Amino acid sequence: MKSLDPRVNRLNLSQTSEGEVHTNTHLVTWEVFHQEKRGKQAVHVGIVHASTPEMALILAKEQFARRGRTANLWVARTSDIYTFRTDDEDMFATVPEKLFREPAAYKVRERIEKFQQQNKC
Amino acid sequence: MYGSTNLTEQDAKRMSDTSAEDPQKLAEFEDRIARGEKIEPDDWMPAEYRRQLIRMIEQHAHSEIVGALPEGTWITRAPNFRRKLALIAKVQDEIGHGQLLYSAAETLGKTREQMLDDLLNGRSKYSNIFNYPAKTWADIAVIGFLVDGAAIVNQVINSKGSYGPYCRALERICYEESFHLKQGHDNFVYLATGTKQQREMLQDAINRWYRPLLHFFGPPDHLSAHSEKLMKWKVKLASNDDMRNQFLDQYVPKILELGLTLPDPNLRKNADGRWEFSDPDWEEFKRVINGDGPCNKERLAVRRYAELAGRWVREALMKPNDTYKVPLA
Ligand SMILES: [Fe+2]
Ligand SMILES: [Fe+2]
Repeated sequence: MKSLDPRVNRLNLSQTSEGEVHTNTHLVTWEVFHQEKRGKQAVHVGIVHASTPEMALILAKEQFARRGRTANLWVARTSDIYTFRTDDEDMFATVPEKLFREPAAYKVRERIEKFQQQNKC
Repeated sequence: MYGSTNLTEQDAKRMSDTSAEDPQKLAEFEDRIARGEKIEPDDWMPAEYRRQLIRMIEQHAHSEIVGALPEGTWITRAPNFRRKLALIAKVQDEIGHGQLLYSAAETLGKTREQMLDDLLNGRSKYSNIFNYPAKTWADIAVIGFLVDGAAIVNQVINSKGSYGPYCRALERICYEESFHLKQGHDNFVYLATGTKQQREMLQDAINRWYRPLLHFFGPPDHLSAHSEKLMKWKVKLASNDDMRNQFLDQYVPKILELGLTLPDPNLRKNADGRWEFSDPDWEEFKRVINGDGPCNKERLAVRRYAELAGRWVREALMKPNDTYKVPLA
């Protein structure tokens, strides 16, 4: 095989071009969180594959801090993160009904005015 | 078609038969997609949705890393330092895109290593266009401007799909692609407005990439197996012909305005807005996709070399007691 790329020609590819290939080195994944500026929260942006947290941070920097601003990156092993199941989403469905948690649910002005009229203060 | 949604007859048949799925769950799933909601990795999904998505995202990922090879060839021979920096940055981005996409596919249950195995063993494809050689520096201008331009048309459309992790990866990718396109166009315009020799080199590159660019979006609609279901499930969002037409509409004028030509006397835009062109030889497309293109063997041999030569490093990094869990998002 003659390549247009001199670097490829130097590899002697005929020696490695036969047979099935099986990789047996599947690394665990780390969830990456990106903090854009000091004072802002870290936001999940994706994953990297690595065997140590140090390596995960290096790869996270290459993958998620190539553009824009970055103040810091966090990584956490995927297997250390616990979540609800997405199909249990309905457990949050009653939140909008809980108006007693909302400041707007508390209106006293009318009552004060009525009181003032009745008592002529 | 970066990640091809073209189905074989057999696939199309499998897709249209969802009788094995729970009808109530299937209906809820389809309603959710119809409402414009995204599907997340641990949501219920039909087996065929999962299978077709893995196939498509995996092919897209392979296209990114194999696509870096023809361009990488020119890093050592870039004409000046500024172009060299830009090309290194672009190639690094493409590898990063590959990683983002492998991760998105991995959330569906196939590991990155299984995908790389399938690439090397020929069970999984990548975009056909990367089986053509980058003969001169002008090819780098054509790739950066037009191949990336075509990829952007495809990726922007796909980013409106139904699978959350794929859409998020594509949004990040599209943001970076705008730099690829700008630096490609800059390079393209410099050659087009340069010396006679530079213009000739560019015209020659355009002539050679014209057909592969028409092939990029896949066979014409009347020749490809359809699946209404892929459209309904928002895995496929536009037909091959529609994407090709959008590409021609955006890019042909930008080539012609520089006094360059395209090697097709029948290329023109009709009154109805559709572009017409000569048959770009779909037999050649099939031949190349099935392994008989100018660079298929070299592309895979280089990937295989990287895999085998780097194996001892990865093995040394392995921690056999680590428990693998499918990534979250
Ligand atoms: Fe890319
Ligand atoms: Fe690109």
